[in-house]
Amino acid sequence: MSMRQMELEVMRYDPEQDDEPHFQSYSVPCEDDWAILDALNYVKENIDTTLAYRWSCHMMVCGSCGMMVNGEPSLTCKTFIRDLPDKVRIEPLENFPIERDLVVVLDDVMEKLRMAKPFIIRHDEPPPEDQEYTQSRAALYKFKQYTMCVNCMCCYAACPQYALDSSFIGPAVLALAHRYNIDSRDQGKSERLDLLADHDGVWECSFVGACSEVCPKSVDPAAAVQQMKIDGAKEWWKQKLGGGKS
Amino acid sequence: MEKITADVVIVGAGGAGLRAAIAIAESDPDLDVALISKVYPMRSHTCAAEGGAAGVKGADDSLENHFHDTVSGGDWLCDQEVVEYFVNQAPRELVQLEHWGCPWSREDDGSVAVRPFGGMKKKRTWYAADKSGFHILHTLFQTSLQFPTIKRFDEYFALELLHKNGKCRGVVAMEMRSGRFFSFQSSVVIMATGGGGQCFPFTTNGAIKTGDGMAMAYRAGVPLKDMEFVQYHPTGLPGTGILLTEGCRGEGGILVNKDGRRYLQDYGMGPETPVGEPVLKTMELGPRDRLSQAFWHEQKKGNTVETPWGDCVLLDMRHLGEKKINERLPLVRELASSYVGHDPVTDPVPVRPVIHFMMGGIDSNLNGETPMPGLFAIGETACSGLHGANRLGSNSLTDLLVSGRRSAERAAEYARKAGEIPEDPAMTAQSEDVVTAIRELLQQSGGGESIAGIRREMKSTLEEGAGIYRDEEGTLKACEKIAELRGRYGKIEVHDKSNVFNTDLQQALELRNLLDIAETVAEASLERRESRGAHQRLDHVERDDEHFLKHSLAYRQPDGRPRIDWLDVTITRSKPGVRDYSGGKSE
Amino acid sequence: MSRQPYVRPVSKTTWYMRNGRYRKYMLREVTCLLVGVYCFLTIWALAALAAGADTWNGFLASQQNTVMVVFHAFALVYFLIYQAFDWFKLAPKAMPVQLGEKKLPDRYIIIAHYVAWAFVSLFVFWLTGVI
Ligand SMILES: Cc1cc2nc3c(=O)[nH]c(=O)nc-3n(C[C@H](O)[C@H](O)[C@H](O)COP(=O)(O)OP(=O)(O)OC[C@H]3O[C@@H](n4cnc5c(N)ncnc54)[C@H](O)[C@@H]3O)c2cc1C
Repeated sequence: MSMRQMELEVMRYDPEQDDEPHFQSYSVPCEDDWAILDALNYVKENIDTTLAYRWSCHMMVCGSCGMMVNGEPSLTCKTFIRDLPDKVRIEPLENFPIERDLVVVLDDVMEKLRMAKPFIIRHDEPPPEDQEYTQSRAALYKFKQYTMCVNCMCCYAACPQYALDSSFIGPAVLALAHRYNIDSRDQGKSERLDLLADHDGVWECSFVGACSEVCPKSVDPAAAVQQMKIDGAKEWWKQKLGGGKS
Repeated sequence: MEKITADVVIVGAGGAGLRAAIAIAESDPDLDVALISKVYPMRSHTCAAEGGAAGVKGADDSLENHFHDTVSGGDWLCDQEVVEYFVNQAPRELVQLEHWGCPWSREDDGSVAVRPFGGMKKKRTWYAADKSGFHILHTLFQTSLQFPTIKRFDEYFALELLHKNGKCRGVVAMEMRSGRFFSFQSSVVIMATGGGGQCFPFTTNGAIKTGDGMAMAYRAGVPLKDMEFVQYHPTGLPGTGILLTEGCRGEGGILVNKDGRRYLQDYGMGPETPVGEPVLKTMELGPRDRLSQAFWHEQKKGNTVETPWGDCVLLDMRHLGEKKINERLPLVRELASSYVGHDPVTDPVPVRPVIHFMMGGIDSNLNGETPMPGLFAIGETACSGLHGANRLGSNSLTDLLVSGRRSAERAAEYARKAGEIPEDPAMTAQSEDVVTAIRELLQQSGGGESIAGIRREMKSTLEEGAGIYRDEEGTLKACEKIAELRGRYGKIEVHDKSNVFNTDLQQALELRNLLDIAETVAEASLERRESRGAHQRLDHVERDDEHFLKHSLAYRQPDGRPRIDWLDVTITRSKPGVRDYSGGKSE
Repeated sequence: MSRQPYVRPVSKTTWYMRNGRYRKYMLREVTCLLVGVYCFLTIWALAALAAGADTWNGFLASQQNTVMVVFHAFALVYFLIYQAFDWFKLAPKAMPVQLGEKKLPDRYIIIAHYVAWAFVSLFVFWLTGVI
């Protein structure tokens, strides 16, 4: 396997030392098949043990290693150096406060997850303990895509609406609410609608579509949000026309 | 240092920890739960599980079958009352997950689908495409968000157990973002910290799987059980060690050597079955230990394929066709294409055995109780005796649920009995000691040893001395070497002095944990002079029920080295017999 | 000293210069200016119509100088790119169609929009006597 010398320009910030972030360059001998995460691990092991970043699974499912790679929100374990120039700039995810180096503060979105009520809500009795709900494959495929979110937060880093006003609930959480709304086992749509159709919910989205473009798992949160808008509008008309809540 | 009290402290928010937390919150809203995790819950390594979770489903299967598959798969080192309870509870727990919204794959009639898995006589592995663990973890995490009594402490690194008069009294942890220390005081701690595959060089286990819980319990005087049993998964991607699930073979994928021969038939798993029509418990659906051992022999014979990442065999799935691969194994396709450049639709994929799962762990029982009152252990960090000498694929995810709920019931009961936690200066002092030791580690310099260096040496030592095949000389050398590394650890230097998200310090602490458990793996491998399940000795090739139908127990001695003791296996219904993977041909 | 999360400033006025994606979005959004101009033109036209044939002819003449022709041509192309093409491309997101276990491929939904558009245009041409 052949090697390639890469230059990583990494944003550093240690609140105990620095007033603001700065860049540090590392020259890293990379194997052809490496991902950016491998290059960072090389730095951590061999050049500078103080570099702080999150990572775990190295197989695109744990969602820890989201960062800006050349300005693009990316999951660094699936961003390969073969697709990049020799010089790469790595920054912490945009739109989040920087805790330290490449580690960002995620409190806000973690708190918002709760607002989506991301669990099955039933008004009817659940079926007996030893029996599953039946669900056709068609019904499963309707929401399956929205279950694939790894919470890497790349969509939040891409969303200009969130950048300008972080009270916006944001792509991943809205997509998660939608996922439960359209799950045939769930009956909690009206509970979620109230919250999400309000001020900071779906109507804050101006459909830039950046969230879907950067999503490493093809979840397409922008689609979920637009569908929720349509749902919300339908619901509104129904109420106006005296249909009441569904 | 800040003190936090809780009725129950759970360390670990993977599948096991979350299931336990939900069970407590559901059953008793008066108990507060402190759920501590060194990563956000959904980053826990349960997310990496691909294949599925086993539980009897369908009229042609029975609990009896699942019981026997598990016990024989574990080479009779399983505690049979634990297996019995497990197979009984498994279906109920998997249905419960369905009610919570897990997107299980479905049959035509809308019922949950099951797939075949290695060592299982019937199809009974519930799956959500090839992201079963991911969906289980997210379902549990999301479900947990509705319970106000579960208080999460995300990105808190647990350091050491607190205990007094032999009883567990809590745990000390460090908040990563601030470097502040917290003394969690409670009469009940449930350890759910997952496995420790990171003590080997080549593993499917994520960076966070560093055996912290095992090491904490071990240092607190609790024995680690069956540590010599470490499972190799036969189909990891070379280079990265990323797993290609057993589901690949369950769906019909085959393993071939450089001559295109399905070599498993040469290792007692034949006769050859038709391509694309997998037969349960035969050939590619044999158990993991046997398949990994077959690779070792093929490599010795020079039958493996050379690749830029070393010797491999080939996993051929081309005959499954693009549609089936996309529907059932989409992640596998993405992983193989991205990381080794082979699309399973068009190319056979190079694979090799890779460290995957630790059967051993904190000595626990059916209820998750450990020898230390108040300390419970569940999930991969525990060894309840369920998996024996070799875990069957897809039994582990189910175990997280079964052991999670069961231990929660017991822990809640224990907490209620224990009542209020009294103010105890001794616990505060113990906590201070832990912090002092860490401050000292952070200060020390000039020793000349590096964390990465010692870690590398430890990993290669274990692979050489305690890999797929072992012998007296090799394991002995490994024991010596790891004891030496433990000594040299005292001379490492943590270069990062910051309080904020100090991952250099975290890695140092994890390395210490890894060294502790690595030593128990090596030492128990040395002492078990027989071959059983995942533990194969070149110098003792037979199973020896007379001397070794026993669990090993590793106790930490004052000098830091482990002492190995033995504990009888509970046998209720199934007497040790022959493990048969010839599709019943030899019966 | 300890935590002190650093918040990177976001400019309220120039944020869209951050990347190409945002700039493209802004180009789409500024179609609203053209929409505004057309609203104005429509009102003007209606007023002219109501005021009688002379005023109406004056209005028509005012649209026939080079500047206005260039403006109309520009608006047409701009609308085509940033309203029609762009919105139609996004339509499948808002209105996915699932047929049993399969999702109808996006391109069919997009094509359906063009077809509908063509029909509406023809109808308008017919109404106005162009065809
Ligand atoms: C790639 C892969 C595929 C697998 N596929 C399957 C499969 O198909 N079927 C199956 O049955 N099994 C499978 N397994 C095994 C199974 O996934 C694991 O055994 C199981 O998920 C472990 O769950 P857990 O809850 O015990 O631990 P984990 O999910 O690993 O969680 C551990 C938790 O403990 C926390 N923790 C650890 N140390 C500390 C500390 N010091 N302080 C604070 N918190 C800490 C972590 O933050 C985490 O939350 C697979 C394993 C791997 C690696």
